[in-house]
Amino acid sequence: MADDMNQDVNVETQNAEPEVIETVTVERQSAPSAIKVPVSLEEQEKLKKLGKKKISKAELKRQSVLLILGAIFFVYGIVFYYLPLAGWFMAFQHFTMKNEFFDSFFHSRFVGLGKFSFLFRFDLLKEAFDQTGNVFDALAQWVDGAMFIRTLRNTLGMGVLNLVTSFVAAILFAILLNEVKNKMGKKLVQTISYLPHFLSWIIVTGILRETLSSTGIVNEMLRALHIVEDSYNFFLEPALFWPIVAISNVWKETGWNAIIYLAAITAIDPCLYEAAEIDGAGRFNKIRYITLPGIAPTIVILLVMNIGNVLNAGFEVQYLLRNGVIQKVAETVDIYVLEWGIGKGDYSLGTAAGMFKSAVSIILIIIANKVAKKSGQSGLF
Amino acid sequence: MSKINKDEIALNYGANGKELTPEEIQRLKRLAKKKSHRLDAGGWIFVICNTIFLILFALVTLYPVINTVAYSFNDGLDALRGNIYIWPRKFSVESYKTVFNMHGIVVGARVTVLRTLIGTFTALVANALLAFVISRKRFLFKSSLSLFWVITMYVNGGMVPVMILFKYLGLLGSFWVYIIPGMVSAFNVMVLRTYMQDLPDELEESAQLDGAGYITIFARIISPLCKPVYATVALFVAVGQWNSWFDAMLYNRLNPEYTTLQYELMRLLSSVSKQGGNVGLASQAAQSTQVTTISVRSAASVVTMVPIIIVYPFLQRYFVTGLTIGGVKG
Repeated sequence: MADDMNQDVNVETQNAEPEVIETVTVERQSAPSAIKVPVSLEEQEKLKKLGKKKISKAELKRQSVLLILGAIFFVYGIVFYYLPLAGWFMAFQHFTMKNEFFDSFFHSRFVGLGKFSFLFRFDLLKEAFDQTGNVFDALAQWVDGAMFIRTLRNTLGMGVLNLVTSFVAAILFAILLNEVKNKMGKKLVQTISYLPHFLSWIIVTGILRETLSSTGIVNEMLRALHIVEDSYNFFLEPALFWPIVAISNVWKETGWNAIIYLAAITAIDPCLYEAAEIDGAGRFNKIRYITLPGIAPTIVILLVMNIGNVLNAGFEVQYLLRNGVIQKVAETVDIYVLEWGIGKGDYSLGTAAGMFKSAVSIILIIIANKVAKKSGQSGLF
Repeated sequence: MSKINKDEIALNYGANGKELTPEEIQRLKRLAKKKSHRLDAGGWIFVICNTIFLILFALVTLYPVINTVAYSFNDGLDALRGNIYIWPRKFSVESYKTVFNMHGIVVGARVTVLRTLIGTFTALVANALLAFVISRKRFLFKSSLSLFWVITMYVNGGMVPVMILFKYLGLLGSFWVYIIPGMVSAFNVMVLRTYMQDLPDELEESAQLDGAGYITIFARIISPLCKPVYATVALFVAVGQWNSWFDAMLYNRLNPEYTTLQYELMRLLSSVSKQGGNVGLASQAAQSTQVTTISVRSAASVVTMVPIIIVYPFLQRYFVTGLTIGGVKG
């Protein structure tokens, strides 16, 4: 290490050589900005190649520490993030676990798309269509019969419901909180609003169960208002499960999600509000024409990011709150993977389901990004 | 009205081209402020409704937590009657005694504290080093290594391949499954990178002229300046470690010595009939003393949430900056 440095310093002070290194790097760095002036594609390539060719040994030595660290993180990433991707190959096998990694990998039976056809059960769809002759009836029957399709519907349904409610709640909360002039009160409400974010879903679902139980506050209020006689069991009503999940999400994350919007609102130029006031804009017009457009870019970026996560969001709450009665509306893709892929040991089926989920997520995020860009906002990439 | 308008114009455009003295400016500003703070009837209605709404919001957020605390300090048998709101009716700490005597909870608490400390430290070092590497302008693979990690934010292999990988790496049934796989997270790296990129390049250059290597630059120059963002990332990681239960269930279900606090709490709380044995856990404890399921559950919940509730209000400004960097810029 110390040797390295000494050499570098010596070279730089004595010889003319390092000068060359310096200019090379400068050239490399300035090349992209120079490209803004119309330069043909071939020329760009040439410039890039020139830059690459002239990486000298001294430069490599100089950043050897960076290269070594980079290599370590590259290997780490390959092992923990990219090797599981290679594991997608299992989706096309009937994977059986053996003691040796390569043994189980290469000697498992290849089944092609067999696992996927078990997931999607298009045969059921066809059968249902032959029976009923009506597309919608057939689809309904298919969703009812094919378990994976049902979990897909639940995941998407709850994901979209959560996305919409949590976005609206967070934006509304940020705008309303921003209107508060009393600094102490504002700070206090905000601090309280973060609290549930730091609680685990285990605690939140536990609290939720107590709140909605027969001795919980909700049932007590309903009894006091004579809406119910005895007590209402919220977890036995399939139609209520999705809203309950959405509401618990709103309860847990609204304050946290509002942080970014509040920061974005603070960044809006106060002159705009003053100008609007002089033009006679009231409170609501200021929100409508200044605050909302001001935070629109933030909203769009977060929306694009979260749309890619719609399928990922369906696990903890559903897993912790589900019961036998509402199983059909509560089970999500991740629960399916856990039960079939790991619980029942059909690793290939679990992999296939996970792989499909990942693929849908990527497609969703790309579409969302395209739409965002088309509507004139800057997207994620 | 005309007076204020004149003053306003004077404030904005100067009085007949004459320079305003500082006192005059102060006076005009006060006037303008006064005016903008005056509310009409509609404004008052809005302010009142808004205040009521936000107070309700705060109450709805706080009440269930306070209610749990109240139940946890209440006598177990008495708690069965319900109607306990924000204060215990018959004070008792028996439930806490029971909770602290449960073997699983004690082991889980130790594992959770350990994984939070070790996991946060290693993750912070790893994320910061990676962010440091990809934020160096000279680094040859700056953009390719960044992209390599950004991709991991959006694509993942899924539960089953990851678990099979862990099995062959020997991570199943060990403590290190909580530490090593989650050490680098692309989101945190991007937050740190954005912060480091905004530091002036001259710092690095002048240190290099003085003969400092990259490790010295990282440890002595960049890291001290990154303290706020380090605190942010540490907070994110620590909360994640403290609250996680799924990895304990998935990878260490058969190794009770590596159970975590949250997983034990889950076993205590879950009333799903399928996991019948776990319902027994709470009632088992209840049989021996005068505590009941509900009071034990409440006490265990309070024990797991107290450390975080105590710490987070003091770290507010850190996570606010962290989220702003990560969400708006990244």
